[in-house]
Amino acid sequence: MPQPSTSVDLRVTGLRVAYQRGTTVVDDVDLGVAANTLTALLGPSGCGKTTLLKTVAGLLTPETGDVRIGGTSVLDLPAERRPVGLVFQKPLLFGHLSVGDNVGFGLRMRGVPKPARRRRAAEMLDLVGLPDLARCRVEELSGGQEQRVALARAMVLDPKVLLLDEPFSQLDADLRSRMRELLRRLQRELAITTLFVTHDQQEAVEVADAIALMLDGRIEAQGRPADFFTAPATLRAARFFGATNEIPGTLSGTEFCCALGTLRVAAGGRDGSSLLIVRPEALRLGNPAPATSEQPNTVPVTVIDVRYRGTHQSVRLRCPVETILAATVPSALRLEVGEQMALRLPPDSCRVFPAEHPQGEDQPGEDQPGEDSKRAGQPVAPERTERSHA
Amino acid sequence: MRRAVGSGLLATGLLLPFIPLLLWAVAGDFRYPAVVPELSGRGLDMIFDRAVLDALLTSLTIAGVVAVLAAVIGAGAGRALGLYAFRGRRFVQFLLLAPAIVPTLAVTLGIQVYFIRYGLADSVAGVVLVQLIPTVPYVSLVMASAFANFDVESEDAARVLGAGPLRRLILVTVPAVGPGLVVAALFAFLISWSEYILTLLIGGGVVRTLPLLLFAEIGSADLPAAAALSLVIALPPLLLVALTSRLLTGGTPVAVGMRRL
Repeated sequence: MPQPSTSVDLRVTGLRVAYQRGTTVVDDVDLGVAANTLTALLGPSGCGKTTLLKTVAGLLTPETGDVRIGGTSVLDLPAERRPVGLVFQKPLLFGHLSVGDNVGFGLRMRGVPKPARRRRAAEMLDLVGLPDLARCRVEELSGGQEQRVALARAMVLDPKVLLLDEPFSQLDADLRSRMRELLRRLQRELAITTLFVTHDQQEAVEVADAIALMLDGRIEAQGRPADFFTAPATLRAARFFGATNEIPGTLSGTEFCCALGTLRVAAGGRDGSSLLIVRPEALRLGNPAPATSEQPNTVPVTVIDVRYRGTHQSVRLRCPVETILAATVPSALRLEVGEQMALRLPPDSCRVFPAEHPQGEDQPGEDQPGEDSKRAGQPVAPERTERSHA
Repeated sequence: MRRAVGSGLLATGLLLPFIPLLLWAVAGDFRYPAVVPELSGRGLDMIFDRAVLDALLTSLTIAGVVAVLAAVIGAGAGRALGLYAFRGRRFVQFLLLAPAIVPTLAVTLGIQVYFIRYGLADSVAGVVLVQLIPTVPYVSLVMASAFANFDVESEDAARVLGAGPLRRLILVTVPAVGPGLVVAALFAFLISWSEYILTLLIGGGVVRTLPLLLFAEIGSADLPAAAALSLVIALPPLLLVALTSRLLTGGTPVAVGMRRL
């Protein structure tokens, strides 16, 4: 059984990577992975995640910046001598070698004699849940098995840092979640500092101790998974994690003045022209209050669309003054289209960010995570209103 | 059953042309009414003639060297064509294929002057060089197909596992494209083996390969001698193909690659 290695951290500072034609792929990246922890490097495809990973592995050379493992710079070490393991998106097993010889390949490169190699490979295969497969040919393996062999092949060398480049993205959903659990268990058992690249926000949240969100070649935000939901550091981070309700307005202190009136919001925003961001599941939908008692942060709304999603319902609500909000409510709540309700925006969940452009609502939508994203909160486009009434 | 009939037909088709050759090779006198020739050892004796053995050696040397060189050059070109999308890729592809389209005779007449000027004419080295013209295109094509099925990131995977450039080549890349390389080299060997015009023009009759001897015998209307020589020419390639046939058929990467061509 491989002993837990004395753990070290990974630190990337001021890293800049460019391809020949002068296109900068990774720009001024600072990233830290604490010893023994798993950090997910999350971002949409083409944001530079893989480039960053390959630079850490030594397959690419940065223009500037440093990569330190356990406090020591590894930039002078070529990829073949860096103390890192790398698992690619594809298994990339060597087809002419048996499964056992694939796992033992790295040991062979280090001159470990054959019997010892065999023994270690068998141990690693045991660990990833594939005992007795050492003699198999690579083409006899299933997709999930291949990726587990690739994992064993990387870990057999006892790397100080394990790098994973969307290793499970080509597997089906059920297998993917089991592989995540396996990875998590191995990472804890062997205590390996791990950087896990993924474009899947859900995967990042489930598997990681910390998340680094990368957008357009830069680290947008870094923190615990929960932070990205409750207290996102930036507007783009909030948007990437599905905080889709955006209300433009003006902030002064903790009072936000917008089309819906004056709302109380969480502290920490900068006064001036701003965007209020609130997650759909943070909104509280209730029966309309009697007109006499004025509730703070509550606006009258009309239900314009209800989508049943099993565990919850997605509701679209029209507020006065041409604003549409999306809310996630319990599936038990009975709602009718056209119904009048009261919507409360809890102040703690209302985060305010400076409006980045004069038209903050014209942000491109590529950063949105996948098909499930619900864009709302913008001034209602006429055709949209018509559609929701149809 | 159908398979047996198929291979039987194939074998017959391949072997049928050898029957007259075999008959002629052992014939002394073989004229119209005779069905079986009058036997004579003259044709077969000729095979062991000093000139023929020298030519056999020359042919083997040239074809062997051409096969190795073409494989190395073509593997490089095939790797570039099969793996990378680069500017001018189509042009390079066309340039590589050009010798297969333009009659080699025309090309050779054009460059013969330069071979003479640089002292390459009438030498084995010159013949080897000129035979690379028709062989490299085929090798490049086969290797491009072999590399198209090769995931170049495997080399990165091996690198991170501690393999330096040489070990990546020997332990990862060559095994992956190896079958293709064998087939490509075999192609080159066969093309070189039966090459006549280029050898005659650049070798100037000084470099004598088997096809040169054969054409001379055919010209002199000595059919038994020509038939015996033909057998000598036909056998080595047949042996080679038989040895490598496993690579060309079935589910090997090469066979798959060949079908994609």
